[in-house]
Amino acid sequence: MSPAVETLLTPSQVSDRRALAAHHAPSVSMFGRMLLRAAVLRRRRAASGLLAMIVAAAVATAMMNLYVDVQAKLRTEFRNYGANVVIVAKDGQSLPVDALDRVKSVLGAKTLAVPFSYAVARTRDGRSLVVVGTDFDRARRLNHWWKVSRWPGAPGEALVGMRAANAVTAKADARQPFELTFQGKAIKLAPAGLLQTGAGEDSRIYLDQSEFENWTGLAPSTIEVAANGTAAEVDASIRKLGELLPTAEVRPVRQIMEGEANVLNKTRATLYASATLVVLTSALCVLATLIGWVFDRRRDFAIMKALGASERLINGFFAAEAAALGVVGAILGFFVGIGAAAWIGRVNFHAPVVPRFGVFPYVLAGSVAVALISAILPMVLLRRVQPAIILRGE
Amino acid sequence: MMFPRLVYESFRHQTRRKLLAGIAITLGVAVATAMIAVATDIGDKINRELRSYGANLVVTPQEDTLDVEVGGINLKPPSDGTFLNETDLPKIRGTFWHHNIVGFSPMLPVTVKVAGSRLPAGSSQDVTLVGTYFNKPLRFGKEDFTTGVRITHPWWKVSCGDGKESPNCAWPEDNSQNVLLGERLATKVQRKAGDTIEVSGHQLTVSGILSTGGVEDDQIVAPLALAQEILGKPGAVRRVFVSAMTKPPDALSARDPKTMTPEVYDRWYCSPYAESIAYQLQEVIPHSHAEQIRQVAQNEGTVLSRIKGLMLLITFAALLASALAVSAAMATAIYERRVEVGLMKALGAGSLAVSAIFFAEALLLAIVGGIVGFSAGALLAHEIGRSIFNSQISIEPVLFPIIIAIAVVVTFAGSASAIRRAVKFDPVFALRGEG
Repeated sequence: MSPAVETLLTPSQVSDRRALAAHHAPSVSMFGRMLLRAAVLRRRRAASGLLAMIVAAAVATAMMNLYVDVQAKLRTEFRNYGANVVIVAKDGQSLPVDALDRVKSVLGAKTLAVPFSYAVARTRDGRSLVVVGTDFDRARRLNHWWKVSRWPGAPGEALVGMRAANAVTAKADARQPFELTFQGKAIKLAPAGLLQTGAGEDSRIYLDQSEFENWTGLAPSTIEVAANGTAAEVDASIRKLGELLPTAEVRPVRQIMEGEANVLNKTRATLYASATLVVLTSALCVLATLIGWVFDRRRDFAIMKALGASERLINGFFAAEAAALGVVGAILGFFVGIGAAAWIGRVNFHAPVVPRFGVFPYVLAGSVAVALISAILPMVLLRRVQPAIILRGE
Repeated sequence: MMFPRLVYESFRHQTRRKLLAGIAITLGVAVATAMIAVATDIGDKINRELRSYGANLVVTPQEDTLDVEVGGINLKPPSDGTFLNETDLPKIRGTFWHHNIVGFSPMLPVTVKVAGSRLPAGSSQDVTLVGTYFNKPLRFGKEDFTTGVRITHPWWKVSCGDGKESPNCAWPEDNSQNVLLGERLATKVQRKAGDTIEVSGHQLTVSGILSTGGVEDDQIVAPLALAQEILGKPGAVRRVFVSAMTKPPDALSARDPKTMTPEVYDRWYCSPYAESIAYQLQEVIPHSHAEQIRQVAQNEGTVLSRIKGLMLLITFAALLASALAVSAAMATAIYERRVEVGLMKALGAGSLAVSAIFFAEALLLAIVGGIVGFSAGALLAHEIGRSIFNSQISIEPVLFPIIIAIAVVVTFAGSASAIRRAVKFDPVFALRGEG
């Protein structure tokens, strides 16, 4: 009755036993019945074991889903900081007319790319002022932080920087039209609203690109791009853009890129540490429940052994039971976890977390492994005990 | 004397079961402590990391004139307009929220003429030279501190310009005549670290090539004193960039302090909003106007609240998982002891007495497990803080009684239904061994 019983058998005896087991075809259905009866008769304990399994699998699924998805979500949040890539025409050269299309061919049609053109104009009293031509609709989506009292809509309307406003209009009447001249050509503009950013934009006047071009004859010299993706992907896009636009210099906005990388790395590391802790705790929960369950059934174990069941059969029985629990728990838990991750995504990021079914194999493998460990651990302890002692209730 | 002995004997003879439950409680409490500590501190930590985006406040003279700047080249006559006084700057450390101010850098742009070898012979080019602090030691009251672009502009990188690393290429000293050359300007005028460059009649040494990915790549960055000397205005500063840890904006932050009642004003003034810190900067620096740089200041609030919210939800999940683990372990430990309960009841113990023993055991386990788990959790949080954020995650002492209380409540809750079932169990079945 020592654990070495199995190993004491000669190889031929082992193969005899295997042949015997194969002959007894009904034992397969018996095995299944034993499994089923065990679950039905002790449904309370089985249910609590299954519940622990589901919770653990759900938590693990939610954590893995979040870990992958949150980084993408945060990257979208970081795009609110504006452009991370700037394309500037080289000295004395201009951007090709289809530059915007070329940018989109590299980065995808949804990418936000905003053209800017600059000129220094003069006010009526001879002061210099930077005037910028741009696409208001896109600039608005790129630069969320711009505080604008009203965006220009009608032709001849301009967006006036907070400080530039003092130079072009009298304080008493901020809506009064003003005149600017560029190389002798004059233009009359009506201020649509005030722009406040706390940076250089405050000293400038923005107008629509087509009006700007009609007035100054200058094409866009700068394109600001909000490129999505990981740092490596953005670097690759910058290289590709550089090849596509030989007359321009494509460079990353280091302030934005490095700040983002820094914060993202720290968040990812924290998330990873927390997710590991949570998954480990839930595995512990399963372990505690299942070990108790198997210990509790030492009487079944003893009876099986006393009736002549082989070590292998008993081990197989408990392992199959644990594996079945692990599989069912993993499947149910996976869907609960997907739901939990989606809920967290909605609450925190106002966008659902996309279910990642690629996570499922890992959850399944982990659940079955934990279940098997928690079945085998008590088995190893019980194997040393004589069935008679267990049956006597000592 | 029977009661303590029963509990004591139970612990002595059922070491394995008690150990299992105890380990579950300890680990559960450790994870809960670590997660709560990390979640409460994460805001502060990420706020500090967000400072790598640079300054979020800018101080300018009250009567500031327009910047006429395209592509990093300033077209405005440099002596135009008013200036801030350099001697007022250390007072930034005297504001109410000075602990939140990570650093500040004064800026003084000067338009200078540079002769370059690629330019036609004898001609020169207008270039902007910016005077600033690199890592300047300052003193306010009894407090010594250093500040400058190395703190407020962490993405600025200095190299040699020819791709080689050498001790000769470094940040200039704040009191030297050495300058940094923006990388695009350096290629244009064909200079590398160690070369000299003639700037508006001054012979300066290039101590390194600066790469920022911004307009500074076309500029010269010099110590502030040097820029003042070239401009001929000692003590002049055009603007000051301030990097401060702020609280995300909310309904109160956006209000105009002039329209507030005194109580609301106090609350606003004593909250580290970007707006209130700007207001305090204006108070200490005479004739100044402080404003938030919206690109940095407006976005960090969203990022911060997203990350904080996420950690809060994960902490919630961690607490749930630990509570379940503890409950499961306790339920198992009690379920195994039905025979014992049967014996006690057969000997005449009432349900109350039996429950009391179980609860006393649970209490003992919870307190011991709670104390060990709290220390382990504190250690874990410390380790997370050190390895991820390179700084300490402090644990509030007030957390200790809360954690112990939670541990006791969860242990009780986990045991309650198992105890109830154990007490209800018919002693006859238990003693016959038909559990």
